[in-house]
Amino acid sequence: MSKILVKNKEIVVPGEVLAEGMDNLPGLGTYRAGEQILAARLGLTYIDGRTIKLIQLSGRYTPKKNDTIICKVMDINFSGWRIDTNSAYSAMLSMREATSDYIQKGADLTQYYNLGDYVVAQITNVTSQNLIDVTMKGPGLHKLQGGRMIEVSPYKVPRIIGKQGSMVGMIKQATDCRITVGQNGRVWMQGGADSELLVEKTIRKIEAESHLAGLTERIQKFLEKETGKKLEVGSR
Amino acid sequence: MAYKKRLDGRKFDEMRKIEAKVGVIKKADGSAYFKFGNTWAYAAVYGPRELYPRFLQDPSKGILRCNYNMMPFSSKGNRVRPGGSRRSKEISMVTKKALLPVLDLTDYPNSVVDVFIELPETEAGSRTAGINAASMALADAGLLMKDLVSSVSVGRVDDKVVVDLDYSEESYDGGPVADIPLAMIPKSGELTLLQMDGLLTKEQLKEAIEMGKKACNELYEIQKKALKDKYVGGSNE
Amino acid sequence: MWVVAMNEDLKKHVVTLLESGKRLDGRKPLEYRKPVKVEYGFTKTAEGSAKITIGETEVISGIKMEVGTPYPDKPGEGTIICGAELIPMSNPKFESGPPSIQAVELARVVDRGIRESKTIDFSKLCITSGEKVWLVLIDVIPLNDDGNLFDAASLAAYAALQNTVFPKFDGEKIDYKEKGTKKLELNNVPLAITVCKIGKTFIVDPTTEEEKVIDSRLTVATLEDGTLCAMQKGGDIPLTASDIEQMVDIGIEKAKELRGALKNG
Repeated sequence: MSKILVKNKEIVVPGEVLAEGMDNLPGLGTYRAGEQILAARLGLTYIDGRTIKLIQLSGRYTPKKNDTIICKVMDINFSGWRIDTNSAYSAMLSMREATSDYIQKGADLTQYYNLGDYVVAQITNVTSQNLIDVTMKGPGLHKLQGGRMIEVSPYKVPRIIGKQGSMVGMIKQATDCRITVGQNGRVWMQGGADSELLVEKTIRKIEAESHLAGLTERIQKFLEKETGKKLEVGSR
Repeated sequence: MAYKKRLDGRKFDEMRKIEAKVGVIKKADGSAYFKFGNTWAYAAVYGPRELYPRFLQDPSKGILRCNYNMMPFSSKGNRVRPGGSRRSKEISMVTKKALLPVLDLTDYPNSVVDVFIELPETEAGSRTAGINAASMALADAGLLMKDLVSSVSVGRVDDKVVVDLDYSEESYDGGPVADIPLAMIPKSGELTLLQMDGLLTKEQLKEAIEMGKKACNELYEIQKKALKDKYVGGSNE
Repeated sequence: MWVVAMNEDLKKHVVTLLESGKRLDGRKPLEYRKPVKVEYGFTKTAEGSAKITIGETEVISGIKMEVGTPYPDKPGEGTIICGAELIPMSNPKFESGPPSIQAVELARVVDRGIRESKTIDFSKLCITSGEKVWLVLIDVIPLNDDGNLFDAASLAAYAALQNTVFPKFDGEKIDYKEKGTKKLELNNVPLAITVCKIGKTFIVDPTTEEEKVIDSRLTVATLEDGTLCAMQKGGDIPLTASDIEQMVDIGIEKAKELRGALKNG
């Protein structure tokens, strides 16, 4: 007789027994050992019918195709730029993918992106050896200038963005700041000094309270109190 | 002469007072500390991250590196000279071998997961405290692990088999003593660390390992709770 | 969660903020992070120990006492020996291996602050003149480095000295297992404050991010009455005499504040 032994959205640790019996299926982050399904990492349970999978809660960013990330230029060579992705792997931005402009052979690449520049890029390919290619051609992909950057856990990014961008949209509305959230856990913001600080405070609050119910309402109240503005939730 | 009562009054199968906490080093990707009585180990995990020099890289999976280090003021005796010793090198190695079997680093070719174990206070059982802390820190860092690793010293003092020897028992001079640090994968009962020094009969070894298994299962529950406490309700980084 | 550097943009950003009297985390230029916490005696194996927390920076210090031979030119005096280990656990930038110049500088600055203050009467460390003296071995180790290690380490070392007790010594051997009863006497409260210059503004208690963009720093150790006992300039940009005067004033002022965090052992 199969039995799921954990609730949905429960925190489990490696080796914890999640289900017994052969009717359930081990999803991502779990594994089968004999008649049992066990947790393969520290994670949050997600039960979908008969499949149990774990949502990762912590750790460094794992690069994925199509992710939009904020990267830093570390090195420039003849064919392009090597960029840091805030993971164990650097990425390659080739001349072809750097900009819609035509770059002449032998041109000075630092004119486009220099060492230490931060850019918003999109991952186009991740090989089995975790070699990563990115592109800067596309809407919303550009070099960042001014403002400030903070680092958050990549696993909190979905909460910071919110459903269809509703959370980050609310913060933008409240602070009048430009905000870019990278899937790799880097968040860029630009506005007045006090506004940027408020964005950071708000994101820190989201990180600390992301597991509690009613997060959106609480953040809305917090922002309204801090800015004195009345906010419309659900808009981007 | 029989060992009738333990020097500090504990039961023969009773471990020292334990404290475990996860998420204690903000800059690390995963961290924890673990205490057995007055033996206190911090563990911090950084990784997966880039590995240099290149020749150390493994294209099929990430590698694990462990570094065990006693702080200069951590010993009951003289100051410990910084820089490690042959003893700390050996402990670093057996710690790595104790932890590696539960880890799956195939998602991270060419990279490294670094585990740093630092002890501000030691009084017997330091490597076992280190392994308990490291195991929680690795889980805290979100790595794929089929189980945690739990570790304790078992041993023999005179005619009794005991668990979690303290310093006075290790240096007991009223009869033969054996000190057996071990580490276990709780679900399967498999041992990933086993060392022994002293004098021991085969039968005592069997009894000691049984006692060790029981203790490791208790330790797993403590490690589990420490991990969950960080994420449920409490501070959430 | 940390603020990450954005090349020269960070410097410009920080300087602009400072011109309106603000820092990245909203503090005023001469404001220390809160709380500043002191925990005494956290490790029983040391003769004295303390853990200091400033914001997210945590530094511990442990004191071991040993008996050794005095320097030939100071036969009736014991001494202190300071060590600092920047362990990789506390900051991903630190590497294992022999002490970096950063670690050596930290150790020597902590040493100077305590030694020159004469808070320990070295002649009271003498056991037998010319033969045996007490050596006070001070080690500082960061657990988590979020900036301002100089101040945190100095505070930790001093706080550790405050609860240091001589071990039992029978004339020949030290018995570390028996805790002695004689406390180490301290004569005054030296404190080191590091004042940093970014652009035209002086700040104290820099975070890791601010440390990336400081032009120079001056660590000033003072006694309670404002007497200076040690100084160390760091950073690549020169300081004017007027800068130094202002920074010293700030150091004296801030030390008064921080002394409040220290209880008596």
